[in-house]
Amino acid sequence: MFERIIRILVKELLEIRRDRWAMFRLIVPPLIQMLIFGYAATFEVYHVNTVILDRDHSQESRDLISHFVASTRFDVVKIAGTERDVSQAIDDGTATVGITIQPRFAAFLLKGEKAPLQVVVDGTNSNTALIALGYVEQIAATYSASQGKTYATRIPGGITARVEDLDVAQRPWFNPNLDGRWFFVPGVVGTLSLILTVSLTASAVVREREIGTLEQIMVSPIRPYEFILGKTIPFFLIGFAETALVAVFGVLWFQVPFVGNPFILMLGTALFLLSTLGLGLLISTLVRTQQQAFGANFFVSNPMFTLSGFSFPIASMPRPMQWVTYLDPLRYYLVVIRATFLKGVGIAVLWPDLLAMAVIGIGLLTLSTLRFRKALD
Amino acid sequence: MTEVAPKEPAIEVENLVKRFGDFTAVDHVSFQVERGSIIGFLGPNGAGKSTIIRMLCGLLTPSEGRAIVSGIDVAKDPETVREHIGYMSQKFSLYGDLTVMENLRFFGGIYRVPRTILPERIRFAVTMAGLEGREDSLVSTLAGGWKQRLALGCAILHRPPILFLDEPTSGVDPESRRRFWDLIHSLSEDGVTIVVSTHYMDEAEYCNTIALINRGRLLALESPTTLKKRDLGGDLLSVECPDIGKAISLLEGQPGILDIAAFGNAVHLLVDPAKVSCHDLEGRLTTAGIPVERIGSIEPSIDDIFVRMVGENSPQGGAG
Ligand SMILES: Nc1ncnc2c1ncn2[C@@H]1O[C@H](COP(=O)(O)OP(=O)(O)OP(=O)(O)O)[C@@H](O)[C@H]1O
Ligand SMILES: [Mg+2]
Repeated sequence: MFERIIRILVKELLEIRRDRWAMFRLIVPPLIQMLIFGYAATFEVYHVNTVILDRDHSQESRDLISHFVASTRFDVVKIAGTERDVSQAIDDGTATVGITIQPRFAAFLLKGEKAPLQVVVDGTNSNTALIALGYVEQIAATYSASQGKTYATRIPGGITARVEDLDVAQRPWFNPNLDGRWFFVPGVVGTLSLILTVSLTASAVVREREIGTLEQIMVSPIRPYEFILGKTIPFFLIGFAETALVAVFGVLWFQVPFVGNPFILMLGTALFLLSTLGLGLLISTLVRTQQQAFGANFFVSNPMFTLSGFSFPIASMPRPMQWVTYLDPLRYYLVVIRATFLKGVGIAVLWPDLLAMAVIGIGLLTLSTLRFRKALD
Repeated sequence: MTEVAPKEPAIEVENLVKRFGDFTAVDHVSFQVERGSIIGFLGPNGAGKSTIIRMLCGLLTPSEGRAIVSGIDVAKDPETVREHIGYMSQKFSLYGDLTVMENLRFFGGIYRVPRTILPERIRFAVTMAGLEGREDSLVSTLAGGWKQRLALGCAILHRPPILFLDEPTSGVDPESRRRFWDLIHSLSEDGVTIVVSTHYMDEAEYCNTIALINRGRLLALESPTTLKKRDLGGDLLSVECPDIGKAISLLEGQPGILDIAAFGNAVHLLVDPAKVSCHDLEGRLTTAGIPVERIGSIEPSIDDIFVRMVGENSPQGGAG
């Protein structure tokens, strides 16, 4: 058994080594895509879950809160009673943004001094956080402008200029500098490894079908699982190396911190690769030509990318769509990869995601082994 | 490898049918192949030769009928059959980006040739293919004849008692074809049963049995000598003249002309001897302005039989 798996594996690696462009194709495009994603991406955000703590309890503070409630940008999910409630809500993910109106907010405002407003955001999804912070500032500015008008009418002569700004103190957690790339780079690692490994595996099998060697292999006494293992192990290794390369590049080039446990990331990557290789093999059993394989890969990878939460928050999707995302291995891998890069969270938190990837991966591999019949009809 | 009882035929096919949708590619074909003999599948493009071979290798499931290879029902137990057969598919299929040696090692590996005897088998295959000294050449750099012999070498690494060769000599030069057939004969002498399909009529003469196939049907199953003695229902004449096309259109459908076909620079005519003679024909052609270079009665070749039988089996029916 091992003998035959190793024969196929060796042959596969030899073919890749003989292919002069293989190394170029494997290394250059992913790095370029990483650069593009890392530099180019920003998004708009709506319905950011928000927790508010009012420590002033004045007419003015309630007025400011109503501005947040009215905004489509923020969904005020909780009015906190204590500072601890705010951190709790952010830690357990109930809210992404926490706004604290400090004591004597109204008093400062009345005196025409800077009124203290503290904003805490979950910086893990720094893109959302960054944009949300921008909106907090906008709302605060609108509010103070309207307040200025009110005071201007109350106190003849006008003191608009002096109440123009609220002092918004930002205190993002996890990703203290709010660098959008920190959010994107880990995501790109997952996305690239998806596209690459699915297409490599699918075309490796379909190419043999096209040149006719598959027919020759089918009449040999080899077992389907031996063929499949021999075919996937090389791409598993390549996928793993590729992920490492892109991740290291991201860390060095974009200075993305890696605070988590690399072994958990490796475990997550291995489980994720099971699903992408399984998917590639499944595609190869369904198509006849490399062109069709390419089309099928595009057809599958795109929705997987869209539904993964990489760019569009899953929470903002319609319910049925949210259910579909549970089938998407990239969804879980992004959680694992972002959590290990930015939060340093361990198995205790990530095991459901790891388990989900294992189930999907084993399911896909089993399905494609069953579908890979040693026959032409 | 289990030995087949000596009396048992190597291959037994009974009413084999293969349909692709509405289309019947193989239509109730039955035959037997004795151990150690060479059977040649002869037929035009799309006749169903490859489809029959693929069913015998377990690559296609028969729609009806039975195929017993080496005593085993292929449809029931294709995996066991695979240990007894070698196969060279019609489409040339070795890895062009691997060397001769790497290809041999790969196929030896997947055919489960024990590691201890693989080097000796590989040496044998290399010698047989005449590839000594080129073991490390990339296969894509080899000429057609060598590739074909290497493919044969790969297909027999596991010493299969039955070998299926689907148009192994298509597209190679005559010298390489001759060398290839020498190999086929020496394998047959060693007791290997060989099923080979071909387009080349001259190759049919090298087979013990010829299976003439057209449109999925088996038209004839006999030795080349008996096949050549078939009564065509008339005399066969050969006419050599400069304008073959003109000669054919002049004579086609004329009384006494049963069949007419071009063969290289000659026209072969099947005639009713009571109505048409050589002298008479020569006269007609010369009158029409076609100078006759040579005319005479000939012994039918397999080609002639083939053309005649395929013509009779075609939808428009045999001419004459
Ligand atoms: N998988 C398939 N699906 C549908 N039709 C098929 C399939 N395989 C073969 N055919 C058809 O069956 C017929 C017989 O094909 P086959 O390849 O057996 O012919 P052949 O005698 O080998 O011809 P050639 O000399 O061109 O190789 C052809 O008309 C072909 O188009
Ligand atoms: Mg064919």
